[in-house]
Amino acid sequence: MNISADGLCVEKVHVWRGDRHVLKAVSLEVGPGELLHISGPNGTGKTTLLRVVSGLLRPEQGGVAWRGKSITSAPTDYQNELAYASHEPALKSDLTALENLRFMVGLKRRVTLSDLRASLERTGVAGCADLPARVLSAGQRRRVAMARVLACRAALWLLDEPFTNLDASGSAVMSALLEEHIEQGGLALVVAHHDLNLSAETRHLGLQG
Amino acid sequence: MKVGLWEAFFLVVRRELALSFRRPDQLLQPLVFFLIVTTLFPLGLSVQLSLLRDMAPGVLWVAALLSSLLSLDALFKSDADDGTLEQLALSGQGLNVIVIAKTVAHWLVSGAALVLVSPLVGTALAIPEAAFGTMMVSLGLGTLTLSWLGAIGAGLTVGLKRGNVLLSLIVLPLAMPLLIFGAGATDRAISGTSTAGALYLLAALCVLTCTLAPFAATAALRITLE
Repeated sequence: MNISADGLCVEKVHVWRGDRHVLKAVSLEVGPGELLHISGPNGTGKTTLLRVVSGLLRPEQGGVAWRGKSITSAPTDYQNELAYASHEPALKSDLTALENLRFMVGLKRRVTLSDLRASLERTGVAGCADLPARVLSAGQRRRVAMARVLACRAALWLLDEPFTNLDASGSAVMSALLEEHIEQGGLALVVAHHDLNLSAETRHLGLQG
Repeated sequence: MKVGLWEAFFLVVRRELALSFRRPDQLLQPLVFFLIVTTLFPLGLSVQLSLLRDMAPGVLWVAALLSSLLSLDALFKSDADDGTLEQLALSGQGLNVIVIAKTVAHWLVSGAALVLVSPLVGTALAIPEAAFGTMMVSLGLGTLTLSWLGAIGAGLTVGLKRGNVLLSLIVLPLAMPLLIFGAGATDRAISGTSTAGALYLLAALCVLTCTLAPFAATAALRITLE
């Protein structure tokens, strides 16, 4: 199966961190409507792999291709199709949840405030829209970060431990969003150290130390 | 629909200004520092107006350099600490635009504000009113240049724990020409001779950094992001 033409293809990526050989010839392919669950013990390079795929980190060897083209050839076009959520919620504590979304999503595409409010509503934090991020709980911040990913309307989601700090209802919302994204033909790479338990089909990549 | 470059630029400028005004203490600190340091000199020196007037340009410029340095440290650091810098780097706009917008916004709340309060300081240092125009223009050009130099330094030191000392060590030597020509221009304006030469040189330095520093700062920041 050759899906690299309209999906994501990581080929034999090597990354060293100082003397440590973190990623050793990691290859993966993800096509539309597919979710790849990346797991592995701490320190095996799960986050590093996600940063390589996002383009933040350049691998020493190997490369990443999106829709058949290397991501370094047209990085901004690639970034416009990408939504990355690191393990930090990446919110400015002095800005409200809505402003945080407006300033970040607004760089990717033209959005209206009602659009952003709808995303916050979907992740269950509509009531926090006008509160500064500093007064939100860790779980609420995570939900706002998820609303940002949702509002980007990106084809490729890169999520680093998206279930951290979420309560049962938050996890349910998160799972539903992922299933919906996959059903609509989106792609997702999810780093999580536990089973995802999604109804949608998931593939699995285990990283070893 | 894709967001244009100017749209993205103004969005980031607005974000930076909103963040600054939510933290008035950080906004006012460099200004108050500038005012206090320049007021200390007349108090510490003997009460000879001519001596004060001779030293005024140097005092004014050293205080301006140091107070601009105070706020430079936070230029990229707070965004790097909370993870928003990564988001900005992946925003689909290219890091260049983001760096330019952040630096311009930084100058608006530090350099431009400093220019606006400089007549107050000029009066305290017995600079004649006729020299205020040159003083403000030279400070405006100088602080903008310094913001660009600072952006390079801040980009290089953003990943370090105690980067602010290193930042000063990187930026201050580069700022020496600014001090020489800036204080020179103000000095000439006080003595009533032609200030054009010094001002043109300051403007040339400003254009040089405006055009080249964004690339250097972006490259520095990209290294730290990895």
